[in-house]
Amino acid sequence: MDERTIRLKINGREREVSLPPNVTLLRVLRDLGYVDVKNGCEKGDCGACAVLLDGKLVNSCLVLAWQADGREILTASGLGSIEHPHPIQEAFADTGAVQCGYCTPGMIMATKALLDVNPDPSEEEIREAISGNLCRCTGYAQIVEAVAEAARRIAGGGDSG
Amino acid sequence: MTLPKFELHRPESLDEALDILASSPGAVPIAGGTALIVDMRGRRLSPPVLVDIGLIDRLSGVRIEGGEVVIGAATTIAEIKESDLIAQHSPLLSEACGLFASPSVRNRATIGGNIAYASPAADTAPPLLALDASVELASASGRRTVPIDRFFLGVRRTERRDDELITAIRFPIPAEGTEGRFRKLGLRRADAISVVSAAVSIGPPADGGRRVRIALGAVAPTPIRARRAEEALSAGPIDEGAILAAAEAAASEASPVSDLRGSDWYRREAIRALVRRLLRPVVEGRSDG
Repeated sequence: MDERTIRLKINGREREVSLPPNVTLLRVLRDLGYVDVKNGCEKGDCGACAVLLDGKLVNSCLVLAWQADGREILTASGLGSIEHPHPIQEAFADTGAVQCGYCTPGMIMATKALLDVNPDPSEEEIREAISGNLCRCTGYAQIVEAVAEAARRIAGGGDSG
Repeated sequence: MTLPKFELHRPESLDEALDILASSPGAVPIAGGTALIVDMRGRRLSPPVLVDIGLIDRLSGVRIEGGEVVIGAATTIAEIKESDLIAQHSPLLSEACGLFASPSVRNRATIGGNIAYASPAADTAPPLLALDASVELASASGRRTVPIDRFFLGVRRTERRDDELITAIRFPIPAEGTEGRFRKLGLRRADAISVVSAAVSIGPPADGGRRVRIALGAVAPTPIRARRAEEALSAGPIDEGAILAAAEAAASEASPVSDLRGSDWYRREAIRALVRRLLRPVVEGRSDG
């Protein structure tokens, strides 16, 4: 299998990597240090590896890295940091929506994808938006509350990222 | 787990893609990869060559062409769900795409892939059967169009030859006054494989009877049309008696299996209920009901 050099813009930063075709976007992101992107089921069922690819929510375990050549990727760590968290990340922390934390980066990216197109979602719309993200700890109540709280904070004029 | 080794081509034109499919034995087209990558990771499939059709512009998008709705094979399920043209002409397909897997899968999965994979539970199949859709196939040696009710041959087996690519799905714009609906039953409300799915499309009354289509998913080796159920509704008035007869006929036409999602008995009961529930609102508020 021949390697090919691809260009990815990850969290605003241009990266070039050489790799064979049988490497997923999930693998290359984690190998480059973006370990906020979690390796979960590797079947597209759990959403732990969800990132935005050109603004659209995708499971990075089901995207071949070559298919992302020349495209923009946003992961949860590109949204904000411990020092400068994004309102979505603050809302998840403040509402107790994080228990083990494994689903959290994917949940946050699903929230970002929702609020980008629907800044004032109903509870039904929130549940639909995170329906591809599994949490095995909390039972979702706090996560749904976190998304609603994030929408309020962004509407209230914080940094909307 | 790593993926098996393969060669990956990313052609930018349809002709180039068809040449690769013709000259590479065992080559398989890939679009969203939401089914194929999972099967490759599980070692159920290991094609030596993949042809990514995602860079071929003309394979995606929804358009109207000569009285037909044409959906490019690489159009994503999310794009179909959001399409105004689809909502206007075939709301049952919009509904099915809204219930398809999860948002992140819908952003990658394509209608061509869903049909090519030929799962008995493919969520776009019952609506497409109810819409009298056809599958457009292209190869280096020619083009052909296959009615979708002859496209599925068995579980994961289709009319498509290895050197052919699905380029589009097309269906006639339904007559004014046609009503269509889709329902699926899964083990949870989202991100679930259908236990039973059903689509109905009921045309307005016309001389010689109305056009009726009832299609079922996950109850036979392929998605099927319930033709006896259709006949039960195509002549006389669509009243409660006709609806019950259609539901009964649909259940008898299915050949469901028992698996971890449901028993054959349960699936037949579910067909009866789904068909009744789909038909009742279609006739309510209609003068011919």
